[in-house]
Amino acid sequence: MAAVASSEQRPGTQVPAPRRPAARRGGVPVWRWVILLIAAAYFLIPLYSALRFAGFRAFTQVTSYPSFGSAFLLSLRLALIATVLTLVLMVPTTVYVYLRLPRVARLMEAITIVPIVFPPIVLIIGLLKIAPGFLLGTPNLLGLEYVVLAMPFAFRCLDAGLRSFDVRTLVEASNSLGAGWPTTLWRVVIPNLRTAMLSATVLTVALVLGEYTMASLDNYQTFPVWIVNFEQNSGPVSVAASLLALFVTWLLLMLIVTVGSRSSRQRGGAQVTLFSVSTASTATMGEPE
Amino acid sequence: MTTNTAADAVASLGRAGSAGAPVGLHGLSRSFGAVRALDGLSLDIAPGEFVALLGPSGCGKTTALRIVAGLQTADSGTVTVDGKDVAPVPAARRDMGMVFQSYSLFPNMTALENVGFGLRMRKLNSASRTRKAAELLDMVGLSPQARQYPHQLSGGQQQRVALARALAIEPRVLLLDEPLSALDAKVRLQLREQIRTLQQRLGTTTLFVTHDQEEALSMADRVGVMRAGRLEQVAAPSELYSRPATVFVAEFVGTMNRIPGDYDGQDEVSVLGSVVPLAGDRPVGLTGAVDVLIRPEGLQVDAASGGNGIVTDLTFLGSLTRVTVLLSGDVQVKVDKPSPAAASLAPGTSVQVQVAGTEPVLVAVPGGSGQPRLS
Ligand SMILES: Nc1ncnc2c1ncn2[C@@H]1O[C@H](COP(=O)(O)OP(=O)(O)OP(=O)(O)O)[C@@H](O)[C@H]1O
Ligand SMILES: [Mg+2]
Repeated sequence: MAAVASSEQRPGTQVPAPRRPAARRGGVPVWRWVILLIAAAYFLIPLYSALRFAGFRAFTQVTSYPSFGSAFLLSLRLALIATVLTLVLMVPTTVYVYLRLPRVARLMEAITIVPIVFPPIVLIIGLLKIAPGFLLGTPNLLGLEYVVLAMPFAFRCLDAGLRSFDVRTLVEASNSLGAGWPTTLWRVVIPNLRTAMLSATVLTVALVLGEYTMASLDNYQTFPVWIVNFEQNSGPVSVAASLLALFVTWLLLMLIVTVGSRSSRQRGGAQVTLFSVSTASTATMGEPE
Repeated sequence: MTTNTAADAVASLGRAGSAGAPVGLHGLSRSFGAVRALDGLSLDIAPGEFVALLGPSGCGKTTALRIVAGLQTADSGTVTVDGKDVAPVPAARRDMGMVFQSYSLFPNMTALENVGFGLRMRKLNSASRTRKAAELLDMVGLSPQARQYPHQLSGGQQQRVALARALAIEPRVLLLDEPLSALDAKVRLQLREQIRTLQQRLGTTTLFVTHDQEEALSMADRVGVMRAGRLEQVAAPSELYSRPATVFVAEFVGTMNRIPGDYDGQDEVSVLGSVVPLAGDRPVGLTGAVDVLIRPEGLQVDAASGGNGIVTDLTFLGSLTRVTVLLSGDVQVKVDKPSPAAASLAPGTSVQVQVAGTEPVLVAVPGGSGQPRLS
């Protein structure tokens, strides 16, 4: 749904972002507007119809249902668990692989694609079989499942991030100035991976807030599950709930992006904007290389 | 508050005893798969000395520097600082300042924070860190840029900040890996002088790596010429130029002519009608036809009808003019001649080229670029 843009503009780093040919001076890029309008219509007409159908009163009704709050909070909690765990696990691993085991990087790329390739059912059944007892029945289990689901996205974000600056040299410079590994990771690598981590966060949060299959199979009342259950009761209210979900998710992502990129922008680092396509990361994501 | 002069900054650094330590590289070898990057490299650097490692691309210069810095390990051999083997000391505790070939400033920190980074790692408090970092920036002439981020600095400014950052920790050894190679010629010249001046004032033992002979010869106390992972010769720039130990050094440093000659297998060689003494040891298994190595200033050229060559080109170098002459046998030589005298030698002029003086010369296998085995 949401894509994150990062346009790196640092002198001296390799990986020049592949520039798209600039619009020709004389010609007005009419086709761009046409595409934009078609896309806008595609998204906005259903939204508008839904709004009309639900009516304003339905929105106030939604929030008054008691299970709405708990479902929403559960989803937020899961998003938090999944994001934190994903970053804590993936950042050091990816950096380590990148610096020390470059040949393993391709293998890692292949491994991280697995959760996308396998149907969620397979993963869940497997996971329920091997999960230790203290996790069964707690939301933490679902959080862990989301970590697995988010892995491919997180890896690709971080991979693109690591390619956007000369990590190896920076790490060596840091070492030679007297910084050990933890300090180097914290003060040198992570600040420069900010954009990539932000992208990973946005994608993870979006994924968790919209995931239905796993949550319902595991019998959790997450927000999406709640919406579906609710739909069976009342038409307009459930539509209002869906719209609300969409809006809240969008708001949340905007918030993350705004907060996250403010300091980055101040430092002349990469800029992050929602709903535009990243040149650097899509280029690296798309190519099998 | 931080308007100290450069001299103050230097004084405050010198007081802390950053005066250089002796450094020794002993029989360093390192292979990457089938590539032998270093093949028994040995070098002793005196305290406070500025030594340049000069060699063609891929000869192992960076590898040597990285091993000294502790960023890479040697397969065999040792590195000593102050007579102590530093093998067990990790890079972070070697107290070596390093400037990298590529831009290596931390993009997330200002120039000042970059310079202060090493001091922060040494647990200096914020105030003295800032003061000292400001002094160092002042020293490289970048006080006005202290609050700027690397992307707001030019390439030359970035490398100066990197130099200040390396010097800030008062390193026992300063390691410079082609710090000027990414810069344009004019900036390169200025920075050469600046680095040399700072190094002399601070007295930090310095190992400087470059593939640019002019840079090495103009900056270093001694230059080590590397080839395929070994040192061919280590000597002061003037000696390297006037008394190269091997054919490789002779041809790598400065301009060198190869002129066919005849070697008697003893201590003399005849070339261009003269007999000149042989420099260095007698080459084994090399007699008869050889190539004699003579610099442009070791030859003499005069207009002569029916001479042994024809002028093909003139290059004006200021007080001297470099005359290119085609000798019989399709041999091209370059001869330096005072510009006024060279004015009469237009291209096409028939000339006589001779050996000037009796400087000892090196001989090489004809046509080859290899160096004959020495006895
Ligand atoms: N990490 C590595 N893995 C594999 N081979 C390497 C590695 N580092 C260096 N080499 C090889 O070792 C040789 C020496 O490399 P090194 O970087 O020391 O050369 P250099 O003299 O610094 O060259 P340049 O002037 O181009 O920087 C080269 O053939 C290079 O390909
Ligand atoms: Mg190198």
